[in-house]
Amino acid sequence: MPDAPASDLLPRESILRDAALVMGKDLRIERHSKVTLGQLLPFALLVLILFAFALDPDRRILEEATPGLFWLAVLFSMLLAIQRAFSVETADGVIDALRLSDLDPAGIFLGKAAGIGLHLLVLEAALLVGVTVLYGTTPHGWLLLAATMLTATAGLAAAGSLYGVLAAGLRVRDTLLPILMLPVVAPVLIAGTEAFTAAYEQSSGEGWRWCGLLAVFAALYVVIGIFAFEPLLEES
Amino acid sequence: MTTPSNDSGAGLLRLHPDGTASRGSRILGIVVLVGSVLFLYVALVASKPDESLDAMGQLVRIMYVHVPAAIACYLAFFVTAVASAMYLWKRTTGWDALAASSAEIGVVFTALTLLTGSIWGHTTWGTWWEWDPRLTSTALMFVLYIGYLALRRAIIDPVSRAKQSAILGIIAFANVPIVHYSVDWWRSLHQTATVASLDPQIDGLRLFALFLGMILAMLLYAWLLLHRFRLEFASQALEAKGLDYALQERRAEGRADAAEVAATAAPALDAEEVR
Repeated sequence: MPDAPASDLLPRESILRDAALVMGKDLRIERHSKVTLGQLLPFALLVLILFAFALDPDRRILEEATPGLFWLAVLFSMLLAIQRAFSVETADGVIDALRLSDLDPAGIFLGKAAGIGLHLLVLEAALLVGVTVLYGTTPHGWLLLAATMLTATAGLAAAGSLYGVLAAGLRVRDTLLPILMLPVVAPVLIAGTEAFTAAYEQSSGEGWRWCGLLAVFAALYVVIGIFAFEPLLEES
Repeated sequence: MTTPSNDSGAGLLRLHPDGTASRGSRILGIVVLVGSVLFLYVALVASKPDESLDAMGQLVRIMYVHVPAAIACYLAFFVTAVASAMYLWKRTTGWDALAASSAEIGVVFTALTLLTGSIWGHTTWGTWWEWDPRLTSTALMFVLYIGYLALRRAIIDPVSRAKQSAILGIIAFANVPIVHYSVDWWRSLHQTATVASLDPQIDGLRLFALFLGMILAMLLYAWLLLHRFRLEFASQALEAKGLDYALQERRAEGRADAAEVAATAAPALDAEEVR
């Protein structure tokens, strides 16, 4: 079990230990099912190819639009990743088991968010390779790129876990989640795109400000999630 | 054995014979109506077009509706957030009904804001939509609250719906400044704010028209809210009563079946004894 050492190191009655348990469970499910690697990753790369059909690949539009297209592909994949992360919880009454498990709801929230975040980071790494190869862009400003990806992913994962549990268990969850989530994460798309543009143009001054906005977004949603996850889990 | 009364579930809830109106809401309605006539006169006839430098001319008249509608939609979403918080604290259905009604009216006012903004933009900028920070963030807010209303429709259990929508009602409002700030910042990098010219030299009757429009929009909001709230409260009560009624009916059916079984079983037992 990959998470066993991590969760054993932490004190028994702690939120972080609960989070590590939930995250470990999600990673083990992924190790066996390979849904992210086998379906989400190809989907994300397919989106990149589809963008090229929509925007003429010969006229450098793709290169200029790379930051925006990158984050748009991340948002689309994120919706699927969240749906996946909560469909494994709602099947077979797992969510009742989770409620009865004596795990701290805040820990469950952090664990789900960390699991989603790790999946997203893998997707983003692949997408970065994808835009470099397919759109012919050379990444610059590695520090800013990495910081943007980390803060944006933290925000997306936290907001995603919150809205994921809200929509989980509803019959219309698949159609409801995008309309609930996309307006909320629009600032992440804006900030991520602007920060990436700054990094690619090697003018990172503005980029760090956008990165700061992403950090604020992430912090806000982690705090909201820690408090709101328990009542939402009770009702889902 | 209690037989359910003959009236339907709806009959169990006696509404005021005049529907959702009351003395207070009627007076408010009349005030809004008279105010609207006065407003239309001041806004369309009495006040002069804006002829200052960098002027909007006749177009300034759209602002008398646009700005008040925008204020009313923020007020409505604020009320939704407060009512949501109150629901989580008090857990009474009234607060949930208030949050739902206010959000619905807020969406209508947001649509009106977008529509008037777009019409204004068409004549000023020549396009129906310009990526103006305020218009864009309002559009996002519009979708955000449509999502809130969609969630309300998606959950059937009333208690669960109230609780989950209350949480979303608060989170959605917390999002408004983030969305606003990020969109504002995003556009300001590319161009100067286009709506800067939207603050004309305003004086006299024009100021009065704008002021009257704001008061009127808030009164109209209050009037709509009164009616919508009463309707929502009644329909929630009906939902609850309807369930009680159905339960009562099923129980009566069950008892009738039991009695029938007993009646048919009794002769059989008699026959057994004889044998």
